[in-house]
Order: sequence, then structure tokens, then C-alpha cells
Amino acid sequence: MDLNTITEVVRRPADRPGPDWREGDAWLAGGTYLFSTEQPDLRRLIDLTSLGWAPLVADSSGLEIGATCTVRDLYAFEPPREWTAGPLLATSCEAFLSSFKVWNAATVGGNICLSLPAGPMITLTVALEAGYELWAPDGSTRVVDALEFVTGNNRNILAPGELLRRIRIPTGALRKRAVHRRFELTRLGRSTVFLIGTQTPGRNDLLLTVTAGTTRPIRIAFDSMPDAPTLQHSIDVIPADVWFADPNGTPEHRRHLTKHFTEEIRHELMAGSPA
Amino acid sequence: MTFTVNGRGFDEEPRPGQCLRTFLRSLGHFGVKKGCDAGDCGACTVWLDGQPVHSCITPAFRADGREVTTVEGLGSPGDLHPVQRQFRDAPGFQCGFCTAGMIMTSATLTEAQKDDLPRALKGNLCRCTGYRAIEDAVRGRTGVESAAPGKAMGTSVGAPAAEDVVTGRAEFTMDTRMEGMLHLKVLHSPHAHARIVSIDKSAALAVPGVRRVYTWQDVPRRRFNTAIHTDHLVDPDDTFILDNTVRFVGQRVVAVLADTVAAAEEGCRKVVVEYELLPAVFDPEEAMADGAPQLHGTDDPFVRDPVHNILLEIHSHIGDVDAGFAEADVVHEGTYTSPRVQHAHLETHGSIAWTADGRLNVRTSSQSPSIAKVKLAYLFALRPDQLRVFCKRVGGGFGGKQEVISEDLVALAALDTGRPVCLEYTREEEFTTASPRHPMALTVKLGAKADGTLTALQIRNVSNTGAYGNHGGETLYAGGAAVMIYRCPNKKYDAFAVYTNTVPSGALRGYGMTQPAFAVESAMDELARALHLDPLELRRRNIVRPGDPLVALHDGPDDVHFTEDGLGRCIDLVDAAMARTAHQPAPGPDWLVGSGVASSLHETAPPTDHISEAWVTLGDDLVYELAVGTVEFGEGTSTAHVQIAATQLGTTPGRIRLVQSDTDRTGFDTGAFASAGLFVAGNAVLRAANAVRDRILEFAAAHTGVHVVMCSMDDDGVRCGEQRVPLADLVALARARGIRFTAARKAYGSPRSVTSNTQGFRIAVHRVTGEIRILHSVQATDAGDVINPAQVRGQVEGGVAQGIGFALTENHLIDADGAMVNPNLRNYRIPTYADIPRTEVLLVPTSDSVGPMRSKGMAECCINPVSAALANALHDATGVRYRALPLTPERIFGRLNAIAPVTSRTAGPQ
Repeated sequence: MDLNTITEVVRRPADRPGPDWREGDAWLAGGTYLFSTEQPDLRRLIDLTSLGWAPLVADSSGLEIGATCTVRDLYAFEPPREWTAGPLLATSCEAFLSSFKVWNAATVGGNICLSLPAGPMITLTVALEAGYELWAPDGSTRVVDALEFVTGNNRNILAPGELLRRIRIPTGALRKRAVHRRFELTRLGRSTVFLIGTQTPGRNDLLLTVTAGTTRPIRIAFDSMPDAPTLQHSIDVIPADVWFADPNGTPEHRRHLTKHFTEEIRHELMAGSPA
Repeated sequence: MTFTVNGRGFDEEPRPGQCLRTFLRSLGHFGVKKGCDAGDCGACTVWLDGQPVHSCITPAFRADGREVTTVEGLGSPGDLHPVQRQFRDAPGFQCGFCTAGMIMTSATLTEAQKDDLPRALKGNLCRCTGYRAIEDAVRGRTGVESAAPGKAMGTSVGAPAAEDVVTGRAEFTMDTRMEGMLHLKVLHSPHAHARIVSIDKSAALAVPGVRRVYTWQDVPRRRFNTAIHTDHLVDPDDTFILDNTVRFVGQRVVAVLADTVAAAEEGCRKVVVEYELLPAVFDPEEAMADGAPQLHGTDDPFVRDPVHNILLEIHSHIGDVDAGFAEADVVHEGTYTSPRVQHAHLETHGSIAWTADGRLNVRTSSQSPSIAKVKLAYLFALRPDQLRVFCKRVGGGFGGKQEVISEDLVALAALDTGRPVCLEYTREEEFTTASPRHPMALTVKLGAKADGTLTALQIRNVSNTGAYGNHGGETLYAGGAAVMIYRCPNKKYDAFAVYTNTVPSGALRGYGMTQPAFAVESAMDELARALHLDPLELRRRNIVRPGDPLVALHDGPDDVHFTEDGLGRCIDLVDAAMARTAHQPAPGPDWLVGSGVASSLHETAPPTDHISEAWVTLGDDLVYELAVGTVEFGEGTSTAHVQIAATQLGTTPGRIRLVQSDTDRTGFDTGAFASAGLFVAGNAVLRAANAVRDRILEFAAAHTGVHVVMCSMDDDGVRCGEQRVPLADLVALARARGIRFTAARKAYGSPRSVTSNTQGFRIAVHRVTGEIRILHSVQATDAGDVINPAQVRGQVEGGVAQGIGFALTENHLIDADGAMVNPNLRNYRIPTYADIPRTEVLLVPTSDSVGPMRSKGMAECCINPVSAALANALHDATGVRYRALPLTPERIFGRLNAIAPVTSRTAGPQ
């Protein structure tokens, strides 16, 4: 929709944007969220897509995703065969409520910075133990664990004027076995819960990522595969106020689904893991 | 910036925050539609350098240096792109508002995407078709037929506007630009109940471009009702254009008129309103209790009990239900609730008004320009000759546009300023201020003998009309249809329409019958279980059959002609269809499978007055001009009217030119609702066409000396015995004598017929997650003699899909303060392609209709049995009865026999 309070668009910001950040500014990437709802507090948009950040760089250390990489480019990316968790990239794109047309513009970084519980790029990068490189307006840079970034529904650790520059997924995580489960109230709709379990090749561990059902991502690590009651208990102790209530699910249902699907994930990983 | 649109170069700057959708429209590309303005519906899909994008969420400046393609650039009438041809020929549209986006998306699909249409089309919403027709269009299947002269009846001819729709040329309400047009935006109440103490306009008026700020003090202090009926006395006069009391979150507080939408929005933000908050009540039972906040005063004699917020009470008792229950072997009682749901027609409400030569012109998105004109004449004290109301093509209605909720403000501002004025609803305003379906709670008590014979039928219906009366009364009476369907000597119906501090309810497909159908048809299923009878068998024993009186609220004379057992045949057809698929396997080990059925019965016109007038004139170009007031919004009446006229005049649809929905160019028409667009207006068309035919034949007989019984229409000529006289000769001869072949005829909504249907579903329910999958859907319907089989099928499919949405995916959520939580299509989920199964549509041929050519309108009735059939199937699958809609997974999982909880041990989250 028209954002009628916007008075200026910075179409070609400095290579290191941010020093002149002021109240009423917003970083613009694909625009598919910003333009989808009223933004009465915004006055200026700063377009990051003109900075030409490399969308995807794959090498021996892993995968680097530029924040302005479109969902379309990520979906089209063919991961090396030895990245056993590679199919999660496409699976997570398919977890978007939006259609392929929106993927032509929507960006990976935009989805992460919107920080909705159901943001599938958050699920993906938390499950694959990514780090986020953040650029502050004073020129400093910090790298944070993806798990620490989203703090609640539509809330994250970005300071005013700070931006997400890139996401780095380590090879170790990409080489894990990955199993996922997702549930939506309507077919191909927005996620009610989106869960991913990963396991290191040759080991019996479990890294369980719980998203969409919770206001922020939850990651639970087990050095060895827990038994069913232990795994269920790990869900039981998630604080009650972390379960998310919105039109896409109730806290009770989300907790129930999470318990059901984590057990399925445990079973599926056990079926293919070393004894 | 420079860019091209459809190959033509432009050098234009968009505003900084402008989206591509409005930018393209400002350049005249009106094929780019607004359905949601939020990226959810896909109606605005265009190509950027060949890639499809939603233009409403694309910053306009992204078009810099690029090629834009809109539906207009894909092909043009007479020179269609293959996909446009496919959508015309399937046909892949009804109202046509989503069509441009569907085509612009479909034309880019790869073969792999076509193999997964649920995913490929999930970014394109259609509220009309139920998606089967869309699939046929994408796959290139053809449903449209051509008709030989005089043979249009029973043929699936295409819609008259088809080529315009698929090329984006069909003009909808907002598809125009007028010099000097001003724009209105409305400031809505944030409070559920409040008195307006003061309004400070000064800051708003200081905003550059703001021309006026209208408050309750600036409008005629004249009460009216926004609901559209011929007889305004069936609705209370309880509404002002703008009021000094607000009674729901979202109610209009002020309207700001400005040069641009942006300035009007800014003006709304700058208005300072002081409210005195009043206690609010949201639940109708609480609203009826002593001491509840009172919403309305006592000025309107229509309102039965303003102290208890009771707009209307109905108490009807036929026979003696107590004696009936005493006589019963089994008594079942349950309370069934239906929530608020929204039409979600893809074109939002909107109107444009201007004055010219001392007359007010209103171009609007309405189901009845004639009644809108009557209401505006009353509100602004205008003589009928001082105003004109008309509709272009309307992008869906479903009852939502049987309401005057945008015309009043544009008329006010146009009369005030003399400038053209536009008001276009946002999608959010549709949800928060346009009139949804009445939430109803019905307690149904049924008594039956062991053999299933009903002995007593008792209903208590509490309907939530919201803050205003709108359709509150008529929908309450309409609920009688669910009582009428069964033969029973003892019937009691007590009903209340109650004011609450919620958005006013209104007309929606099924009109007060859908909620009672859910209740009664669920209760009948429960009764069948208690009696150990097959649910269809229980219905067979009790449905009204020809010869039975149709008794709902009164045991007296009626105007319904009912001589064939259409409903009995619908039940038999569904029974057989369900048996054919009875052995469908469950999708997996955790899935429970069950089936359910429900029926409904519906009169083919509303009980209140319904009038339509049609004019037919043979022009010098040998084309018949058919003028009729009925609006086309996807219900297909235009096609049917043309077919009726073509058949009677012995010609083809191509030689009928339709003039419609314009109070200056057509006669009076109550409106296209209650399936009356076919039944009533169709009869007017039939009679006018017959009259013109008879005049031509009599003239030809006199001219040739051949007796008129030997004369017949023959396309562009008249066959008189052995000779054939060209129409051109007859027209020339007639003109020489000052004769024109023209006639006007009126029709009324009485006598009426009944239409009926039965829906069957087989579903699978996941016993852990609560997910429901539909394995089989079948509806049998009595549509009488069918005028256009493809259209009838399309209407049933669309109605079933909408019913599935209301039962399984849509959830209108309200917070503790009465504000809607999910006023957008992203979170109020109408069905997508992926949600809707293909419904098997079975037509029962009957010939007892008094409609045009023994046809029956069935687009309304088809939705009524859907939710009950689903709830009954859910019970059959799970053993658990759900008496409250919607049947969404998070609402049903808790009562399913799910996995036993595993005992806890230690471990915790990081």
C-alpha cells in the first residue's frame, strides 16, 4: 500500500550506511513487509538493495547469505551434496505463508529482522547454528548467535540504526542430518509450529529448534539422544509465557503439537542414527 | 525515472512511499486491482522484467529502468493471450476481480509449478469460484459453449463481459479518473461505546490539501437504515451518517475530505476527539440482562425493548410442543453457535459522486443502485429526478453490498463542494466496519418417535445484530427456513435480535438461514445417532414433500409453488454418491475417517417485496438492447438474462446488448440478492422479451398476410410460413410508420418456488493435531430447469468453498475491548486453492419452478448445509460433537483422544 508519511527514499546510501540514521528511518530491503501495512511513524526509507551485497557465497567454511539475498535466490540455490542439511534451505522457503511471487522481492534478512515467531529464515538459521553479522551506525561490527537475535514477537536486539549485514552458516551444521516438522491451521498457511532436529554425523546427539509456536526461538541441545520422557520434559519446562497466542495458533495447541512432533523427530533421527 | 509499461515508455516520478500498484493505476492501468493492498490476495500481480510481483507491496521506484507488464499488455479483446483465452473459455472467473492477477500469475508458471497448483497459486485468492474453474483455466479445459439461434437456454454460454474481464478492460467501480476529484478518509472510533464530547478540527484543517472535516454536526440529522430492501419499514431507523455516540470499535467519527488520500489520512491523524467512555457489552445474552448498558434510545418504534437492547423478538408456536415432547421416544437438545464471518469479496466497498447539471451522480459498488438511490434521496432531501446511481462491474458482493455504507459520505461531500468525491474502503475497514454475518446461538430441541417421526421441534435463536439494526430483523425471520424443512405438527420458534457494541451485522449469502441450518442439521444428526437411524433416512422420513404445507413461523396461506420432490431426490443422489466412495482409505494411521450430510430448503425470492423491470428494444443495428437494473458481481445474472432474451427472441447471445444497473438507463430493480436476480429480474426479462417477440411477429404477420401462428423468430429474420422476412426490412418498415419494437415488463417476487440441496462430506481428522482433510465433497441441488449448467456448477462450487472457509479456516477474533484482532487476509484466512477440494455437483432436474423458464436461483442456498455436514462428519470420525464453529484444529484438538502424555524427567531449554 502507499506509505503516505514517507517523504524521502535514499536510493543509493553509502557503502557503510547508518551514520545519518534518525528517528523515522527504516531500512528497506524487498519492501514486502514494509509496504504491506501502515507505517505512520516512518518518514524515510533507506534502500539496502542498491548496495550490491553478494547474495550467496558457499565455500569450505560454510554458507554466507547476504541480508538482501532474495528468498527466490535462496530457494534456487543448489547446496553441495555433502551438505546433508542443505534441503532445509528450500524447505524453509516453502514454510513462508507468502507465494513465490513475493519471494522474487522478499529477502532473507528482512524476514529475520521482522522477527515474527513464524519467520522461517529464523528457524533455518537458528537450527543451523548461524551467526549474524550486525553493522552499527558508528561503524562497529558485531557477530551474534542467531539464537540470541530474536527476543520476542516482532522484537530483536538491533539497536536504532543497526542493520543485519550477513548470515554465516558453518559447514559443521550444514553437514548434519536434519529432520523437520511443521504445522499450519490452513493448508500451506503460516506456521503454527516449525521444528527442526539436527544430529552430528556419526554421533547420537540432538539439537532441537522450536519456533513459530514460541515468541522467540528455543534451541535445546542434548549430547546424546534423550529418551521420550526426557525430551517431553524439555518442552514442558519452556516457560508458559513463551508460547505464542495469535490467530495462527493458541499456546495450548502449540505446546501440544510441539510435544507430538518432537517425539516424531526423535524417532526419525533414531531410525537412521548409529546404535 | 524512466520505465516502460506494456512496451510504452514513461518518464514519471512516483511519490516517495508510493507502491507500484497505485502508480500504475495513476497512469491509467486499471487492470491492476486492489484486493488487500497488503500482498496477500494477488489481484494486483504485474510483471517486472517478466517476473511476477505483487505490485501493492512493490515500491514504485523499483520500476526505474525496467519493463512493467500488466494484464492489459498481455492481450486485448479479439487478440487474447493464450492464458486469457483459457480463462475466458473455462470460464475461470465469476466476478472477475481476481482474474487479472490470476492470469498474470498463471501465465508465468513453469510445468513443475503447474504440477503443484496449490503451492503455485497460494498467492492468489478467489472468493467466487471455489478454484475448480481456476484449475480448469490454467489447464486449458473448456466449459464455455456457443448457442445456436434460439437455443441459448441450457447452454453454458460465456459471460457477456468475458473478453473485457480477461484483458483487464472491464471497468469496476474505482477504475476511472475524474478531473478535480477529492478523497475521503474516515477516522474510526477506538472505543466500543462512547459519547463524543468534542471534536477539534483545527489542526486537521491546517493540513495542506484538507478541504473539509465532517462531524456529526455537519450531516443531516436524519435516522435511516443502511440495509437494502424495497420496503424500508422492515428495518429500524437507528443510524445517522455520522453520530455523536459511537457504539462499536470502528464506527465513523469524522470524515476528512482532501485533495489526496495522503492529505485526508494526515487530516484524520490530526483531528482531536474527546470521548466520554460508556460501558460496553459484546455478548447478546449479557446485553439482554437487567442492568446491561443500553445502546439505543427509545425514539424508534421498531425497537421492541431498548432497555434490554432487544431490536426484535419473534415468538411463534404452532401445535403444542410440550405435548409433542411428551409423545416422543427420544428427545435431543443442544445449543449451536455460529460466529461472525466476513464476505471478503475481493473488491472493497467504494463510491464516487459528482454533481452535473444540478444532479447528483453516484458510481458505486452496490448490489442495488435503485435502493441506494431511494436512500440517498431520503437522506439529502432530493427529488428522484435529481440523482442517478449506477454500478459498473462489481467485484463480488455475497450480501455485503446489500448495504448503503459508502454512498452517503460521497454524496454529502459532492453536494457540499460540487467536486467529484471518492471514498474507497481499505481491506481493514472491510473487516472492522462492513457488516459481517450475524453471530447466532441456537438452542434446538427435537422430539421423535422410535421410527424417527418428529413430534416436536423447538428453537431459541439469539442473534447478535451488533451496534445497529441493519438486517437484524429480516435475517431473524429468514431463520424459519430451517424449521420449515421438516414436517412436524408441533413447532416453536423464539428468536431475539440483540444490539451489542460490535460491528453491525448484515446480509451474507444464506441470509439468516445458514446459522439455523447449522444448528438444526447438526441436531438432526445427533437425533439420528440417538435413534440408531441413518441420518439421511431420518431426513427422508421427515422432510416436507409436495402437498405438505410449508410451515415455519405461521400456519397460514403462503405464496410458494411446490409440486416436485426435489429435496428427496437430492438426498438420494448424495446417498448414492457417498456410497461410491465409502471405502476411501484413511491418509495414515493417526487419521480418523467419517462422513456427514445435511440438507437445506430455501424460497427462491425474499418474503419482502422484490420488484424488477426490464426493457427490451430492437435497435436499428438489429441488436436487441436489454435494459435491466440488476448488477453483475459474479452471480451470473447478466449471462442468464441474455440467454433468456436470446432464447425467446430466437437469436444468439451475441445479438443482445445488455444495459444494466443504472437508474438513468434501466427501470427499477430491488437488487441482486436472495437469488432474486435470476428469479425476479429474469421473469421481467422473459416477459419483456416475449412482448417484443410478439410485436415483431404480429407486425410480420400483418406485413406478409401469413397468420401469426405460422410466424416464428429466426435469428435476424422472421419466418412467415414459407417466406423469411429479414428483420432489417421489418425494422425499416416499422420505422417508416413510427413503430418501434420495444416493451417494458415488471416482475415481482411472488409467487415463489422452493429450491433445496443436500451436502455430503467424507473427512479425515488427525487425532493428535486436529487437522481436517476433506476426502470427498458432494452437493446435489435442485436448480430447476438449468439455464447455464457451467454457471450453476460454478455457483455451487463457490458456495461450498465459502462454506468450508466459514467452517474450517475463518476465525473473526475480537479482543476484550471489542476490537478485531485479525482484520486482514493474512490472519483472517479465507480458503486458498490448497484448502478446497473439488466438489461433485449433482443437478436434480425439476420443473415446478415459477421462475423464468422454470429455473431456480440456487447460489444462495448452496452454502447452508456445508458447516453442518462438516460438523456431522467430524462427529462421525471422532465420536465427539462440536456445536460451535469454526472447526479449526486449535479449537478441536483438545477433545480428541490424543497421545497420552509421557511422564517427565529432567532437561531444559538452553
